[in-house]
Amino acid sequence: MSTATAASPVKAVTRSRLFWPAVVLAVLLVANLAFTPDFLAVRLQGGHLYGSLIDILHFGAPLILVSLGMTLVIATGGIDLSVGSTVAISGALACLHISESTDPGGLATVLTAVGIALGTALVLGAVNGLLVAKAGVQPIIATLILMVAGRGVAQLITDGQIITVTSDPYKLIGGGYWLTMPFAILLSALVVVATVLLTRSTALGLLLESVGGNPVASRLVGIRAMRLVALVYVFSALCAALAGLMVSSNVSAADGNNAGLWIELDAILAVVLGGTSLNGGRFSIGGTVLGALIIQTLSTTVYTIGIPPETTLVFKAFVVITVCLIQSPVFRAKLAARGARTRRTARPHAAAPTNREVGA
Amino acid sequence: MNAHALLTRLRGQLPLLVTAVLLVSMFSVGSVQYDGFFSGQVVLNLLIDNAFLLVVAVGMTFVVLTGGIDLSVGAVVALSTMVSAWLVEQHGWPPLLVIPLVLLMGTAGGWLMGWIIHVFEIQPFIVTLAGMFLARGLCYTISVESISITDPQYTATAQTRIPLGDLFVSPSALIALLVVAAGFVVLHYTRFGRNVYALGGSEQSALLMGLPVQRTKTTVYAISGFCSALGGVLLTFYMLSGYGLHAVGLELDAIAAVVIGGTLLTGGSGYLLGTLLGVLVLGLIQTVISFQGTLSSWWTRIVIGALLFVFIVLQRLITARRR
Repeated sequence: MSTATAASPVKAVTRSRLFWPAVVLAVLLVANLAFTPDFLAVRLQGGHLYGSLIDILHFGAPLILVSLGMTLVIATGGIDLSVGSTVAISGALACLHISESTDPGGLATVLTAVGIALGTALVLGAVNGLLVAKAGVQPIIATLILMVAGRGVAQLITDGQIITVTSDPYKLIGGGYWLTMPFAILLSALVVVATVLLTRSTALGLLLESVGGNPVASRLVGIRAMRLVALVYVFSALCAALAGLMVSSNVSAADGNNAGLWIELDAILAVVLGGTSLNGGRFSIGGTVLGALIIQTLSTTVYTIGIPPETTLVFKAFVVITVCLIQSPVFRAKLAARGARTRRTARPHAAAPTNREVGA
Repeated sequence: MNAHALLTRLRGQLPLLVTAVLLVSMFSVGSVQYDGFFSGQVVLNLLIDNAFLLVVAVGMTFVVLTGGIDLSVGAVVALSTMVSAWLVEQHGWPPLLVIPLVLLMGTAGGWLMGWIIHVFEIQPFIVTLAGMFLARGLCYTISVESISITDPQYTATAQTRIPLGDLFVSPSALIALLVVAAGFVVLHYTRFGRNVYALGGSEQSALLMGLPVQRTKTTVYAISGFCSALGGVLLTFYMLSGYGLHAVGLELDAIAAVVIGGTLLTGGSGYLLGTLLGVLVLGLIQTVISFQGTLSSWWTRIVIGALLFVFIVLQRLITARRR
């Protein structure tokens, strides 16, 4: 008994949902030290912070935002494939407005551009939300429509060209510095903190989890599931639009074809890595942020080591399938059964998988 | 009574009818609008240019009918072109050995994904997503660059024209039509085909009825893998190269073709010939846009998206009324 109590603080740490993602991230960062000894160094130069860690946070900021929206969508048992297209559309709209205005450097122009991008995202998210919540279309299919059409729309907006803009206030969003930190990091941190407060300090998070866990039961206890589900798609689209502004602002250009390409897959990967189950019902925003940072660190590592960046896809494939297998109750039951058999202990019924499906 | 039964039957086939009407009206409008549109060769070109999509969409139909989805098809097509080009060009293997090997690889990959989906009860979407990452990544481990094919057997097949009176088709188009015919027979006239529909209708009931659920599910994904690999072989003939960026977004086109062809995405209802119509509609959109000349290529994506939207809403209306 005494050993159990002594081990409990350690156990509490290892049992935490953030433990394994944090370990993976730490291992990746330490592994980088072997290739670049000053990897963890952060230095102040000309009032700006520089270093690989800052770079990871800086370039990971759009992915963190998109993954954040995706986390809430997945918590309700849905999925949003259209975020990549939304990233492209919002960047294209903002850059188009700035490039056509008479005063591209003006604060009013930039604010209007941001407003246009976010407003459009609101509409796109609402369409997704209505299709899923009101029309009852499977989320993967409903958002597939925008995923297919969205890139066409983005190219229509930019007329197939890459629109370049020169505007200092717009450059700030994704490429500028504020209080020695890249502004993008501060912006995404702000959104993450606000979302954590909103979901964990109010009942909103609990309601989202109950809708994802069992839609029928939550409707029966009087939760307005439809409105909540529609809302998370709007939130996801807004996050994606903000990420789109960052991406286009960082390079001062909008590319309808390549902006946000595959970001939906990276975002889903980040959410899964962070320990949020794809079946819905529970979510961890901290885990998602760690997941997004793992992916960004992986990309950075691949670049610094000099492996062709395209082959990261192979790593990602194995990561996805491993994480999903670990999350699968059947797989765990089989593993437990095998472990029990080798240890010759009699445990015939190792956690039979329960069917959570409830009618309708 | 009889009229009522007929009406219910018709309602089930409404998406198919809408697609057929759409196809005919698009073709008529095109014929009136553009010179040289109304010709047999335009129709045959639809088949020639979309042969690989047709084959892939047939495999996708099987998967969607069971209520699943296969996102890996585009990547498997790319991997097939890559492996073919790599083995034939850089290792000098004979095409007659390479093609069966590629087909076997696709089938085995599909079977493995189906097995994981069934045994570990993981969503098809995420398993095939991992398959997509893996296949695309493997393409790049072979080569980041495009490998062009100069093998005489490949170029000869690519240039073969089978005359049909004044018109001609390519061998690929014939293979695609053969696949459609084979798929039609398997789906509508065999026990396996009925199992596929039963599984899509309700997996629980299929299991309780004693149908071989696991075998059906793994076979369906194996079929999709085979069709993707065959699509890849056809695309190799069409492009005469292997490249990791071939067939990007093909999974979306295949799903769109299946949906426009009237197959319910929830599974259990649909027709293989509908998928043929769906592929022809997608091909016709591109043909019209290229005939128009002033419209840019991105309009294709927008129109396909709009069509998807209309058909998905239509599906919801039909299933809602049936309940």
